[in-house]
Amino acid sequence: MNEEDKPDVVLDAVGLLCPMPAVKTAMELEKMKKGEVIEVLTSDHISKTDLPVWCRETGNQLVDIKDDGEILKIRIRKAI
Amino acid sequence: MSSTTTEEKVIPESKEEKKTKEKVTMVVFSGDLDKVLASFIIATGAASMGMDVTMFFTFWGLNAIKKNEAKNTAPGVMKKMLGVLNKGGSKRLPLSKFHMGGMGTSMMKKLMKQHKMPNIDEMIDLAKQMNVKLLACTITLDILGISKDQLREDVIDGYVGAVSYLSEAKDGNVNLFI
Repeated sequence: MNEEDKPDVVLDAVGLLCPMPAVKTAMELEKMKKGEVIEVLTSDHISKTDLPVWCRETGNQLVDIKDDGEILKIRIRKAI
Repeated sequence: MSSTTTEEKVIPESKEEKKTKEKVTMVVFSGDLDKVLASFIIATGAASMGMDVTMFFTFWGLNAIKKNEAKNTAPGVMKKMLGVLNKGGSKRLPLSKFHMGGMGTSMMKKLMKQHKMPNIDEMIDLAKQMNVKLLACTITLDILGISKDQLREDVIDGYVGAVSYLSEAKDGNVNLFI
């Protein structure tokens, strides 16, 4: 993990289903500043494919995805 | 000729430039729980992507934005009867399949709750928070004998006809009929 990618905000979306992880991420990012990083915790494995697409569509930057089998940690940098 | 091509190349393809908002419109015709829920899932998903979303509620779809405690104030016998049969309200929507006199629907609601899926009311609130536009079809209101005070006026952005919907839909990148 890159030190500068340490999350400024951690969003606990564990247990929430599609499209809530994306919806919550969008709402959280709105409050954040450009360049800040959010770490989304989710148990919805669709997020693994959906959140990268969401990033591409919204112009935000996907930092990385960590998958420990049950919970995904997805880090996104606000780029707009 | 060649000068135009170079000029075209000079224009930077920035993300900002592309950011004229993309648009989703939806006709929510069905008043079935599952279909209305799917509509709101798509609507909030699109809004999360920064898209402009308009939902046009017509016919049975209006039941989703009807107050649960609305009184039947329809004029005339036929409309009154329709009002009795088609009571509406977010809590009364039946499943499109396996409603089974309400048994199937209540089981589905339990399952959805277990999976922490928002119910219709929560979905409406969420959609409003994300600036999803909710429109109600005026003509249907007349035909079904629904008055505006039977509807959730707090969440409705306008009462419009087909033309107004179409003027939005023609600019839509995604237009759905549900």
